[in-house]
Amino acid sequence: MTVLWRALPAAVGMLVVWQAVVSLTGVTPFILPGPFKVAEELWSSRALIAENAVITALQVLMGMVLGSLLGGITALGLASSPRVARMVLPGLVLSQAVPFFALAPILALWLGFGMASKVAMAVLIIFFPVTSAFYDGLRRTDPGLLDLAEVMGAGPRAVLWRLRLPAALPAFASGLRLAAVYAPIGAVIGEWVGGASGGLGYLMLLANGRAKVDLMFAGLIVLALFTVALYAVVNRGAQRLERWAEGR
Amino acid sequence: MSGGGLAPADGGAPPGIRIDGTLRFGGGAGGAFDLPDLGLTLEAGAWTCLLGPSGVGKSTLLRLIAGLEAGGRLEGRIAASDAAPLSGRIAYMAQTDLLVPWLDVLGNVTLGARLRGEAVDRARAEALVARVGLAGRTMAKPGALSGGQRQRVALARTLMEDRPVALLDEPFSALDARTRAEMQELSWELLAGRTVLMVTHEPAEAARLGHAVWLMTEDGLAAAPVPSAPPIRDGGARETLEAGAALLATLRAPRGSPARA
Repeated sequence: MTVLWRALPAAVGMLVVWQAVVSLTGVTPFILPGPFKVAEELWSSRALIAENAVITALQVLMGMVLGSLLGGITALGLASSPRVARMVLPGLVLSQAVPFFALAPILALWLGFGMASKVAMAVLIIFFPVTSAFYDGLRRTDPGLLDLAEVMGAGPRAVLWRLRLPAALPAFASGLRLAAVYAPIGAVIGEWVGGASGGLGYLMLLANGRAKVDLMFAGLIVLALFTVALYAVVNRGAQRLERWAEGR
Repeated sequence: MSGGGLAPADGGAPPGIRIDGTLRFGGGAGGAFDLPDLGLTLEAGAWTCLLGPSGVGKSTLLRLIAGLEAGGRLEGRIAASDAAPLSGRIAYMAQTDLLVPWLDVLGNVTLGARLRGEAVDRARAEALVARVGLAGRTMAKPGALSGGQRQRVALARTLMEDRPVALLDEPFSALDARTRAEMQELSWELLAGRTVLMVTHEPAEAARLGHAVWLMTEDGLAAAPVPSAPPIRDGGARETLEAGAALLATLRAPRGSPARA
């Protein structure tokens, strides 16, 4: 939670600047509503926002779990066989050249307009950061330790599970931190581009179309707060992994 | 198991080892060069020191004996005196302690059994930890230990492997003088009876510990004279000091000089 406390002054500062801009320029509320107006809207539309926030949160969390699992398994697969890695890695890197935003409509076509296509979008976005961070870690085991294991007569599987995997947990933790920030982006893009009937991204798009800018900002703030909270939770877990792997 | 379960048990009688042929180094930072006519002999059950300056290929030779990937290749053969293969009969100790940070002392000492999926002999591990002076620290993580204590754990791990051959790659070079002297004595005592090869760049260390000392320089490999007293020798004794000084002089002799022949 210390991350949240440290972010507090910056958040307050942003609110002050925001209100100052609104007050000084006298801009009309449907172009840029002030923070008080948005807070008001946040309160009066709390049920609507909460309902949609739950949908987005579920999509993000499912995307996080699935994407991290998939990324973790892929990295382990790559690390267990240099031959597989040589064959699969170029394709994996190439896949990053595909603009995932453009895939959202196709995902909706394949998986429907429900949550599945948004979860898939989140998975797609976090898969590569998790895989590449973890795989990097798996490749950077202390070579001296690998020598020792070899002289001890350890098989490649035991080395992977008992040495390389635990030693790579801090790198996996870095991947999870990235995933916590990217997963909400993925879900919201899925809602924007892929057609949706619920979720914060959907709500913001709807509000924007009806010139309800205050509602759009309210949704945006809730989304940002959720992302920060998710990061804080994941960061805590990541720190535990790091401490364990470093023997602290 | 006599001696508190510390003596070599099922590892078999320690073999002598002979390395013949030419050690070839390809390219790299040091450029390509060869060390011909190696003829390095490790007497069975004795402590042999391989002394030489950094970068001359001492560790490469040790790694080749250990069956590890090395910075050079041997055109020749490594043979045990009992004609059996060496693989599975070697324990390895490096300059860094190579302790696994997430395992405690006991976990590190029993690493070999864990990696091979064998049952862990906890009682024997605890006896060894106590023997290296770390009783009561079995649950400590390596991060909580000093450099000397960590190298003691590495020694206990080496002994736990209970192999007839021990290859030590500058295991004490990162330690302070007092800890190094203590570790030399402890290792000498606990590894007694095994065939030991220790790579070192410290003439005094070689003069103190070696039943035999081999000098490795750019000119090749040659056996060097050792004091008549058996090891482990008093590091302050006149004969040991003189032997160390003579080894240093040979190390510093110009390339190709007769002193190195």
